Amino acid sequence: MRTYNVTHLNQLESESIYVLRETAAQFERPCLLFSGGKDSIVMAHLAAKAFAPAKAPFNFLHVDTGHNFPETIEFRDRFVKKLGVQLVVGSVQDSIERGTAQEETGPDASRNGLQSVTLLESIEREGFDACLGGGRRDEEKARAKERFFSHRDAFGQWDPKNQRPELWNLFNGRMGPGENFRIFPLSNWTEMDIWQYARLEEIDLPSLYFAHEREVFERNGSLLAVSEFVVPRDGENPSKETVRFRTIGDATCTGAVRSKASSLDEVIQEVAASRVTERGSRSDDRRSEAAMEDRKKQGYF
Amino acid sequence: MTEDKNYLEMDLLRFTTAGSVDDGKSTLVGRLFYDTKSIFEDQLEAIERSSKQHGDENVNLALLTDGLRAEREQGITIDVAYRYFATPKRKFIIADTPGHIQYTRNMVTGASTANLALILVDARKGVIEQTKRHAFIADLLGIKHVAVCINKMDLVDYEQSPYEQILKDFGDFASRLDHVTELTFVPISALKGDNVVERSENMPWYKGPSLLYHLETVYVGSDANHVDARFPVQWVIRPHSDEHHDFRGFAGRVAGGVFKPGDEVTVLPSGFSTRIKKILMADKELEEAYNPLSVTITLEDEIDVSRGDMLVKPNNQPNVDQNLDAMLCWFSSSKKLVAGTKYLLRHTSKDVQAIVTEVLYKVDVNTLRKSEDDRELGMNDIGRVTLRVSQPLFFDTYRRNRNTGSFILADAFTNETLAAGMMR
Ligand SMILES: Nc1nc2c(ncn2[C@@H]2O[C@H](COP(=O)(O)OP(=O)(O)O)[C@@H](O)[C@H]2O)c(=O)[nH]1
Ligand SMILES: [Mg+2]
Repeated sequence: MRTYNVTHLNQLESESIYVLRETAAQFERPCLLFSGGKDSIVMAHLAAKAFAPAKAPFNFLHVDTGHNFPETIEFRDRFVKKLGVQLVVGSVQDSIERGTAQEETGPDASRNGLQSVTLLESIEREGFDACLGGGRRDEEKARAKERFFSHRDAFGQWDPKNQRPELWNLFNGRMGPGENFRIFPLSNWTEMDIWQYARLEEIDLPSLYFAHEREVFERNGSLLAVSEFVVPRDGENPSKETVRFRTIGDATCTGAVRSKASSLDEVIQEVAASRVTERGSRSDDRRSEAAMEDRKKQGYF
Repeated sequence: MTEDKNYLEMDLLRFTTAGSVDDGKSTLVGRLFYDTKSIFEDQLEAIERSSKQHGDENVNLALLTDGLRAEREQGITIDVAYRYFATPKRKFIIADTPGHIQYTRNMVTGASTANLALILVDARKGVIEQTKRHAFIADLLGIKHVAVCINKMDLVDYEQSPYEQILKDFGDFASRLDHVTELTFVPISALKGDNVVERSENMPWYKGPSLLYHLETVYVGSDANHVDARFPVQWVIRPHSDEHHDFRGFAGRVAGGVFKPGDEVTVLPSGFSTRIKKILMADKELEEAYNPLSVTITLEDEIDVSRGDMLVKPNNQPNVDQNLDAMLCWFSSSKKLVAGTKYLLRHTSKDVQAIVTEVLYKVDVNTLRKSEDDRELGMNDIGRVTLRVSQPLFFDTYRRNRNTGSFILADAFTNETLAAGMMR
């Protein structure tokens, strides 16, 4: 008898494409949250495939903390142009100036939490009824409980104890006025799947993910890059090292890793041998055991 | 960890865990992670820290899966958690389902996408009512492979007799399971690791494979339906560009059978027939498409097709009916099923209105008896119902095809998902 095998990457790809098409069909004005990180790049790549030869029917939304590595913004603009999609930028700086968000103070201040405010403001301003996010369930334990179609109330809040059951591939995207959905097509992907798929599909990724020389120093166990937003304090001694990033987020809280991996093949080998999760280098998640859950309840991605 | 060259050839096994509270589900999942080195140092450190805080002597592997604040505080699992690990042979997706109040709802959810159910039994307690309930739900949701893990063997001195007793008790009852085609029993200690990844020296009387070996090798390739061609149209692709001016592609995920270019297809509900021109995955042309692939199909003739329609083969058509007979699992904690109420029903890519016309019987999930006296369906209840829908659905029995035989009901006012249904 003939067998019909589908590799796990093909299964994941088909599942994600199914979710992206469902999103287009069930919502009036969905957007795709594009951060310039590898997950959102893979999601955008899948969106392009899902609707080819037409363009993906989503606006791209970048919630910009203003604390970016310049490479990220360059990459973003190039990428969006190539796909021919519309980019909307929500600026955390604008929210702060308007007074709707308050800059954190203290030694470990970060704009990460403020992204929620700007995100919710952008959703309201643009009238988005669903936001596609690149979140994966393997990233973090609160995310492990997340649905593909995740309902948010009129305040953008996630209620983890009262989620809609999600069965088979039947997604319920119905909602009341002012409510919203977050949709996670990459839910079932792991970090390794993302890298392997990027290699298989020859997806172009920002140079930050590959080994390069950079001025870095240690703070609270993370290796931070010196930039206009991150200035070493007394006793913190920056030095030039060969590093790369496993995730790309706000420059103030995304740690680098020492690495010589300069190609996807080498990155994959390194990830396979790694004994620390990618979020292990992000100080925003180490604040408390439930840091992610608390941020998500308030409207975070 | 994962060998590189294999990675692209690896397939996927989705499984769900079931067991009563404290049977060791979370510990087993933690153990599988730990022993396959799928848990990372920072995760291990985090659970070591939190084990100490909670006053546990050993590292509590259950903390790896219990992610929400309330779960850690109360020491229970509240919601279905999805976990991932890979060995060089396979990638695994685990739906770890909690065993308390919302149990049926959670297990039904986890089981709906699983190929295999892992049912835990405490070696000291043997087969209890709940074990039967778990097996019943796995079977109801169409799971073909069940692995019964007889756990806590360390607490019965690794003796053979409790294992044999469970085999016998379970076997007596297994003949009543319809879908399950493969039943495997593995004596384990999730806490100590016996027979989880490596075969244990403590139980020389057990000749079977370790649990992980079984999970890595169980054949699920023929579980999906490759006979009845079904393609629910999800979205119509019409590029408004000069280059692709005349392109009209029908996007969707194959729900059953095999489609090839040149195949004659009939469009439901219109009944028009034509042939498949191309099967596309972005810019790649495929020679065939089958479940679970997402593709785009173009047709030889220009006929009207929209979301909710279905492409099938003229000589193999699904049921087309407005009257349905189904098993229903009720999920809502705030509302009970009321016959005659208008609900929203979603089936494949189609949304219709539905009224439950009659509850035929309710199943007592503990005794598995059918009751015609008590026909009220509330949270966690399962029953057989008849429904009438506002437009004909194109469906198969759930037994024949999980994709075209399943549906959900939602509340027309709160939009909450109320129930899951399986066509009979
Ligand atoms: N002795 C022994 N204890 C176990 C075993 N598996 C689990 N336990 C213990 O049983 C208790 C409940 O386990 P847990 O994994 O939280 O159960 P769950 O409610 O099914 O998730 C914990 O104290 C575990 O340490 C085992 O194989 N042997
Ligand atoms: Mg548990």
